[in-house]
Amino acid sequence: MDTKELKALIEDVLSEMNIGEDAASEDTKAAEAEKTSANTADDEAAISDECLEDITKIDVKKQYLVENPVDAEGFMELKQFAPCRIGIGKAGARYKTLPQLMFRAAHSAAQDAVFSDVDQDFVDSLGLFTVQTRCRSKDEYLTRPDLGRRLSEEAVKTIKEKCEMNPQVQIFVSDGLSSAAVAANTEDVLSGLMQGLKAQGVRVGTPFFVKYGRVGAMDEVSELLNADVTCVLIGERPGLITATSMSAYMAYKGTIGMPESNRTVVSNIHSAGTIPAEAGAHLAEVIKIMLDKKISGTELKL
Amino acid sequence: MILKTQLFGHNYEFKSIREVMAKANEQKSGDTLAGIGAESAEERIAAKHVLSNLTLNDLRNSPAVPYEEDNVTRIIQDDVNETIFREHKNKTVAEFREWLLDTQTDGEMIKRASRGITSEIVSAVAKLMSNLDLVYGAKKIEITAHCNTTIGKRGTFSSRLQPNNTVDDPKGILASTMEGFSLGCGDAVLGLNPVDDTVESVATILKQFDEFRDKWEIPTQTCVLAHVSTQIEAAKKMNAPIDLVFQSIAGSQKGNEGFGITPEMIEEAREYALREGKARGPNVMYFETGQGSELSSEAHNGWDQLTMEARCYGFAKRYSPFLVNTVVGFIGPEYLYDSKQVTRAGLEDHFMGKLTGISMGCDACYTNHMKTDQNDIENLATLLVAAGCNYIMGVPEGDDCMLMYQCTGYHEAAALREVFGLRPIAEFDRWLEKMGFSENGKLTPLAGDGSVFLRK
Repeated sequence: MDTKELKALIEDVLSEMNIGEDAASEDTKAAEAEKTSANTADDEAAISDECLEDITKIDVKKQYLVENPVDAEGFMELKQFAPCRIGIGKAGARYKTLPQLMFRAAHSAAQDAVFSDVDQDFVDSLGLFTVQTRCRSKDEYLTRPDLGRRLSEEAVKTIKEKCEMNPQVQIFVSDGLSSAAVAANTEDVLSGLMQGLKAQGVRVGTPFFVKYGRVGAMDEVSELLNADVTCVLIGERPGLITATSMSAYMAYKGTIGMPESNRTVVSNIHSAGTIPAEAGAHLAEVIKIMLDKKISGTELKL
Repeated sequence: MILKTQLFGHNYEFKSIREVMAKANEQKSGDTLAGIGAESAEERIAAKHVLSNLTLNDLRNSPAVPYEEDNVTRIIQDDVNETIFREHKNKTVAEFREWLLDTQTDGEMIKRASRGITSEIVSAVAKLMSNLDLVYGAKKIEITAHCNTTIGKRGTFSSRLQPNNTVDDPKGILASTMEGFSLGCGDAVLGLNPVDDTVESVATILKQFDEFRDKWEIPTQTCVLAHVSTQIEAAKKMNAPIDLVFQSIAGSQKGNEGFGITPEMIEEAREYALREGKARGPNVMYFETGQGSELSSEAHNGWDQLTMEARCYGFAKRYSPFLVNTVVGFIGPEYLYDSKQVTRAGLEDHFMGKLTGISMGCDACYTNHMKTDQNDIENLATLLVAAGCNYIMGVPEGDDCMLMYQCTGYHEAAALREVFGLRPIAEFDRWLEKMGFSENGKLTPLAGDGSVFLRK
């Protein structure tokens, strides 16, 4: 951000704060009006058609709630370099209501992303068949990473039946720690990736979906299908900034028990990070380099 | 030594003290993941019963890792005062628990006993304590330490100001620091977790902290929580001012090797900070721990996460730290599943730290894949203050944008002080009043306005 942009932003915020004062006086008027109507009408409060503002759309960087600050402009200038919840004021020694609700909203999205399952109809609509790891429930998935790295017996059977053997590249999708990431990104990333690889003449195996999957499950998939490169598109642990971030982990000739350093990762795939529609093509390029150099992980210099 | 008991006529027989210790724990997902936890609620109580009848001598003779194989065990065992140990060694764990809780046993007596016990004993007695026992027992023990100011005095409650930034941006760190101080946060330490663990970057932030502290004459200590070797290099090569030297530690030699440290490195760092550092001292070390870290690096030797955590404190004590805190919910649901387990672990860790004799704080925190939320963490913080905890963390609204976890916010320490009638460290309290941020222990309307520090 250059000085000009910064200045404009700060002016914006300061003018919004003034508007805030106007709004307060309007509130008083409204309250008075309500009082009058309460005195005259004895029916219950009328339900308005209006909708409240979506608090998750508020830009934290532009928010400044400190009352009677010594130097609002100076603080806002510094705040642009701090992507955290500052300049939020207080109510006694506690938080103001709005920032508290904004925090809880961000956390609610994260919790829903972790604890809900990916919609099965959505997976089916992508033309992916579904298999499961050795985890039998979400609770078991969260507490037993070892089981989330291994496929169930039935999954092994199904994959053997339905998948093409010895592909150059095997791709699969997994829920990981965010069902919301799968819902938000899979369609764009997967189609971009498949197209990118096919355009380069790479033979891609049959993609599928793994429920309750950890990253390590890719090693068993790799061994099972004897793929050159295996790639999993998996939901990341949600933060409070976004709950829909996806990662792609890739390995050349992955095997169960191989060092973690053999994996190459492209993380932060979401609408405000690496754009899903562009991520697919980028991943295809990375995989092509892996196939050419026959390595992955820390040894692979991209 | 009896390892057999009955409950409701059912037989329970354990093979070793290690098995008894693991199964006597309150339920933790980490012990289940390790395959060593009790298999039923009844078995847990049977193990507690067997444990209650073991003597302190039995436990001393059964360290989690053999003396010959592990330098943490050697430090813990070698630091035991044998005269004091002899006074207690024939007590059962049940008797020792009751002695600790007895009204006739005061904090000074417990601190003397601390010098005669090992971490396995500390862990064992914690396993027999209920949550309120842990609060009640810990509350008796006042542990103070001095760096530039004295932490832990009765009537005080402190916090660490943690102005983390996703790219270590100096302006962003400054903004966050100003707001934290204006809310009365930071009397324990101004301490940043750096993204960039390079000598240059760490030195830059240390200098920035030191200049800010000196300019505004803030009576506190500063720290950048890089690897110990990076901090010392920053001091030696870049002339970075050092108050507190930080390091994450584990409860076994193998665990510490995973963190890239040896006892010799820690001792050298301490001696360097005493010789070349800026602080008055004598307590110049800051350690962080957390249940489950040994299992995650396969350094637990088949022992439970509570005992391995207690051993961290035994190791820490050797270096007379100013601050030690457990980062209790950071490791995730594989080790502490939900709010119940995190709350329990926070209270256990605080109690065990105090019983070991170290200045104990707690980073009451959680990740987004745990079944916990901000209400749970506020509950834990409140319980910790009731237990006499020395300090908690403070980050903007409890949301750490860099470490991607949530803990206690800048506002929490101030609110808890008000609720419990406590004050910050005296010099810091006076500084807050001088700046106009507080009056008689309560935040003023000016508090929360970080831009006060932009005044020319």
